[in-house]
Amino acid sequence: MVESAATPKSFPLKALVIIAAVVGIAALAFTYTAGWLSPHRVTPGKILSALQPPSGPPLGHRRNHAKGICFTGTFEGNGQGTALSSAQVFARGQYPVIGRFNIGGSNPHEPDAMAQLRGFSTSITTPDGQEWRSAMIDAPIFAAPTGQAFYQFLTAAGSKDPSAFKIYSAAHPEILTFIGWVKSHPRTESWAEDQFNSLNSFILTDASGAKHAVRWSFVPAAQAVTLTPEELAKRGPDFLQQEITQRVAAGPQHWDLVITVANPGDQTADPTKAWPADRRTVHAGELTVQQIVPEANGPCRDINYDPTVLPSGMATSDDPIPAARSAAYAVSYDKRTAEASHYPRTTTGGQP
Amino acid sequence: MTTNRTRFAVPQRLLHWLMALCILSMLFIGVGMVSTVSSKYLTLVQIHKPLGIAILVLALIRLSLRLYYKAPALPADLPLPIKLAAELSQYIFYALMIAMPLIGWAMLSAAAYPVVLFGSVHLPPIVPVSPALHTLLWHAHYLLAFAFFALILGHVAAILFHKLVRNDGVFETMATVLTHDQPD
Repeated sequence: MVESAATPKSFPLKALVIIAAVVGIAALAFTYTAGWLSPHRVTPGKILSALQPPSGPPLGHRRNHAKGICFTGTFEGNGQGTALSSAQVFARGQYPVIGRFNIGGSNPHEPDAMAQLRGFSTSITTPDGQEWRSAMIDAPIFAAPTGQAFYQFLTAAGSKDPSAFKIYSAAHPEILTFIGWVKSHPRTESWAEDQFNSLNSFILTDASGAKHAVRWSFVPAAQAVTLTPEELAKRGPDFLQQEITQRVAAGPQHWDLVITVANPGDQTADPTKAWPADRRTVHAGELTVQQIVPEANGPCRDINYDPTVLPSGMATSDDPIPAARSAAYAVSYDKRTAEASHYPRTTTGGQP
Repeated sequence: MTTNRTRFAVPQRLLHWLMALCILSMLFIGVGMVSTVSSKYLTLVQIHKPLGIAILVLALIRLSLRLYYKAPALPADLPLPIKLAAELSQYIFYALMIAMPLIGWAMLSAAAYPVVLFGSVHLPPIVPVSPALHTLLWHAHYLLAFAFFALILGHVAAILFHKLVRNDGVFETMATVLTHDQPD
């Protein structure tokens, strides 16, 4: 038995103050870590709020690139990529893909012709149990160099104060290059004719342990047919989805995976800056889209195309955007899966 | 479930303090990582997952040690409600130490995320992919994390009360990791 307690002689004020101080400081530290004392911290939730249209978030849908359609297919590695990475996906062989064609923006019913950006997400799994997820867009560069800057851009762009954007673009002139591309790039008639780019840099490690900073693109096999603005305006609201469904039903569609290797000294941290066009490229294989499935019941629906889900042999670089995307995508996923009732899984497999 | 020993056995004390460090780190990493979009996010997530599994393993070892060594008795003059609260809190601690990592692991499984420990070492999914299940587990993981931290604050307050106000030897059952048991 433990010795019996000594009865305190008087009210133990000092002891209680110490206890309160210890507990209080611990609680304060926890609160600080959670960001509740830092209203200026850019949280994933703030990025999602900034993406949200005034009418509210697209319940049950991804918070950005909300409109999309699933596909299944294969990636056939040709073995060339093994010079850069030990990931099995680059070894000669055929690996299953679950992907998603999409358009930018937070409206799941946005007319396809209005899309500022088009996107392409892939999840490639290999027999060793590893998975490579990527979410790419057709722009050659990204809008902002950091998650913080991206948030500032969204806030400035959504602000009623016309000077907000001017102030942002003065500090971040690279946004003008991005917007210039968005406004002026030719629109093709099909996702199958678009090139999709990783934007972010990644580090590949080959079997000898050597590291290579890379970006990559999926380059379409189909010849691009550009629509004039007048032709684009006449297309139906879901013309991209209808077109890809018909096109893939008629025959599989192909993209070449082209990996661009940075030269020593090329910056890898800023996804708003393209690398010079003469950089070495490696054609690592071919992605084939074999089947289109509407998203409501499709296999891509419950996948978060988090670009930091990488097989061993691939890793993030000093580019800060994948971390920001991962953080924001996770919250988007948490929210949309909790709102699944707002986006019914149809028994017919059609779009709601 | 008590022993004549006046203190917890050395392996129990070692594990207690090691796990205290792990669990506090884990809770701070958890609330910190979900509040940032900086590059720290990935680093914290990469620590959170293997540390969670480590806590699960340590908790199971600790439970075995507890069943083997048992616990020193609480002071006889401790009021019954406090005694009950102390015992109940220990059950809740064990439940949380084991459930939180499992809920986290299941939550990742339900969301079809690979459960990466480190490098190419992955854990298998423990539940099927299910958005509804993911939502349930996500809410549980989130709320229980705060409950866990609150329980730890209560635990710290209680043990300081034992030491500073009652000075009844309860603090010494666990404090100082390696000193050997003095026969009573």
